[in-house]
Amino acid sequence: MMQPATLPWFVRHELALAWRDWFSMMTAGKPGRGLIVAVSLVILAAFLHVLAYGLVAHYADVGDNPGKTTLVVVTGCALLSWSLMLSQAMESVTRAFYARADLDLILSSPASSRRIFALRIAAIAVSTVLLAILVTGPVINVLALSGGVRWLSAYGVVIAMGATAAALAVALTVALFRLIGPQRTRLIAQIVAAIVGAVFVIGVQAAAIVMYGSISRITFLSSDFASSIAPDTNSLFWLPARAALGDQAALAVTVIFSLALLFTAIAIFSTRFGEHATAAAGIAETRVRQSRKSGFRAISARRALRHKEWVLLRRDPWLVSQTLMQIFYLLPPALLLWRNYGSDTGALTILVPVTVMAAGQLSGGLAWLAVSGEDAPDLVRTAPISPRAIIMAKIEAVLGAVAVVMAPLLIAICFASLRIALMAALGIAASAASATAIQLWFRAQAKRSQFRRRQTSSRVATFAEAFSSISWAATAGMLAAGTPFAIGGAAVSLVILALTWTISPSRGAD
Amino acid sequence: MHDQPVAALDIKGLAKTFDRPAVDGLDLSVRAGEFYCLLGPNGAGKTTTLRMVAGLLRPDAGEISIFGVDALRDPVEAKRVTAWVSDEPMIYDKLTPFEYLEFVAGLWSIDATEAESRARDLIGWLGLEPHAHERCGGFSKGMRQKVALAGALVHDPKLIILDEPLTGLDAGSARIVKDVLLQRVRKGVTIIMTTHILEVAERMAERIGVIDKGRLIANGTLDELRGRAGREGTTLEEIFLDLVAEQDQAA
Repeated sequence: MMQPATLPWFVRHELALAWRDWFSMMTAGKPGRGLIVAVSLVILAAFLHVLAYGLVAHYADVGDNPGKTTLVVVTGCALLSWSLMLSQAMESVTRAFYARADLDLILSSPASSRRIFALRIAAIAVSTVLLAILVTGPVINVLALSGGVRWLSAYGVVIAMGATAAALAVALTVALFRLIGPQRTRLIAQIVAAIVGAVFVIGVQAAAIVMYGSISRITFLSSDFASSIAPDTNSLFWLPARAALGDQAALAVTVIFSLALLFTAIAIFSTRFGEHATAAAGIAETRVRQSRKSGFRAISARRALRHKEWVLLRRDPWLVSQTLMQIFYLLPPALLLWRNYGSDTGALTILVPVTVMAAGQLSGGLAWLAVSGEDAPDLVRTAPISPRAIIMAKIEAVLGAVAVVMAPLLIAICFASLRIALMAALGIAASAASATAIQLWFRAQAKRSQFRRRQTSSRVATFAEAFSSISWAATAGMLAAGTPFAIGGAAVSLVILALTWTISPSRGAD
Repeated sequence: MHDQPVAALDIKGLAKTFDRPAVDGLDLSVRAGEFYCLLGPNGAGKTTTLRMVAGLLRPDAGEISIFGVDALRDPVEAKRVTAWVSDEPMIYDKLTPFEYLEFVAGLWSIDATEAESRARDLIGWLGLEPHAHERCGGFSKGMRQKVALAGALVHDPKLIILDEPLTGLDAGSARIVKDVLLQRVRKGVTIIMTTHILEVAERMAERIGVIDKGRLIANGTLDELRGRAGREGTTLEEIFLDLVAEQDQAA
């Protein structure tokens, strides 16, 4: 029998909660789906391994004494992953601070709150590592299969990266808390997380575009320039890369250093974690005042709905950071546009699919918020407007927001090539309309606060939205390149939409 | 021949089945300008009935007429004169009460000047003035319910349907809500309300309906219900419990 309120007892409690939470997320809360989820995961793992084989197998053989270029590429790839891990860890820390959940119970119990908060920081590190392993695991396995078992030590590096990311995320969030207070930290931390996740990924891509006119990050990392500015090969900077390449001593130092960093962060911050979480919980009671001088405006019901959607979108901190991410990922294509301005239009055609893809993803998120994330469904449904008018207003709100985000880039493309701008606009319209339609077909009433989980409520909708955005992106890219295969791309997109409609609950409801 | 005054609500043979019949051939008529309370044990079919009247649920069978408008054939016209308030106030955390009322006025296409004047009055009556320009996110349950009620009144409906509007309200907030509702009835508005607080029904309602297992088992003024129970001076609670027990025995 386990002693209550001890560390192992808390570990068991947290593990049980985490498992149930994960299982419910994977099965969308529907019992009897366990086997389907298990089979899907096996298929996904197999697919990722095949994909990884095609991408990295030929890089596996690096010899016994890796050169500087190899170290730069491995370190660069690790830093790319690490920035995403840091972003995810910051998200998790922010959520842990602001989710009230069992905070009252913990703080009012005689159990050591420091112990449970220490455990929660450790849990953030574990979840960060697990997610990173899900993505990097197939790559590491393929490298080990093709280049020898020494690559398996990269798993150790992933663990070290997760530990340092969690330690730094806690430190950064607490620093923000102390600097700007709990009220602003929620928004700023989410934006910082988005920027941290994107800045290195985009920075390397931007360097590749500016210097080599290529959108590939590897082009930059394997360039002579990157090698020339990198530290000498015997620098400690390369320890993680050497560890990933199988150097056991380097691995031991990397793992011990990062775990020490994590334990230090836990020791320092777990004592004040409860204090910060209490302060964060207090902001739910804080009132936000809106300055308003004008009176009521005379507006139609449709306009009232559109206006409401835009106000809610603008005032949603999470969505602000999400939108920011979309805009960030448009920076490299914008840079490519700037670099190739006035030259041939060949490079411009690369822009089109990226832009179309981003528009589809953005529309999907916005459409979910407007359609499924309606916080006052009874009010809207009891208003004297037809359901069709309500849906039309929401579609207009979504597409209007997408247009505002995409317009600057489209206008810039217009100056370079009117034809390509037209193709991009068509692609954006098709992709945004399709993503919105899919969200309409699969709408299910939810709270806006459940936005993060929208993907798990209907996996069919998520995959359909992704496939539709990809196929419209490919279609628009082919159109811009002037190839007749674009007709095939459009046909595939329409087939995806037709299939999605066939299996959607909306069709069953008719 | 006398012209019959148009009923505020006329329900005939209303039925709705989920996994079991929730509403089972319900007939109900509520007069214009009346304060009507619908009582019943948990799961009796009160909320389902009112949600169908408000246009939130499609009945399997039956007819609903609101001030002579067929609510199933012409829902938009019926909704124009109706307001719905549920026990869980659904408002937008990121909007202020003032913005919320402007939004509702827009949905009902009310003249902006008139709506603003009504909104300011309602905000004052409901004691929301100091919070009129604060986002609703940090509001207590009572304040949220008041905002929802203001939303229901801002378009000046002829029929207000309230499902357990006093749940979770403190005595002060409950008193304000009750006063506002009684004031509306005095102005000729029809109110249909469900409640588990029988004293409220006893004191406020002109007529009371008791629903159980989806059927209306009693309907009338408090005195008529007492007469039916055969016990003078008895409380509504005793009548209600007797009626439900009778129904359970019959079942």
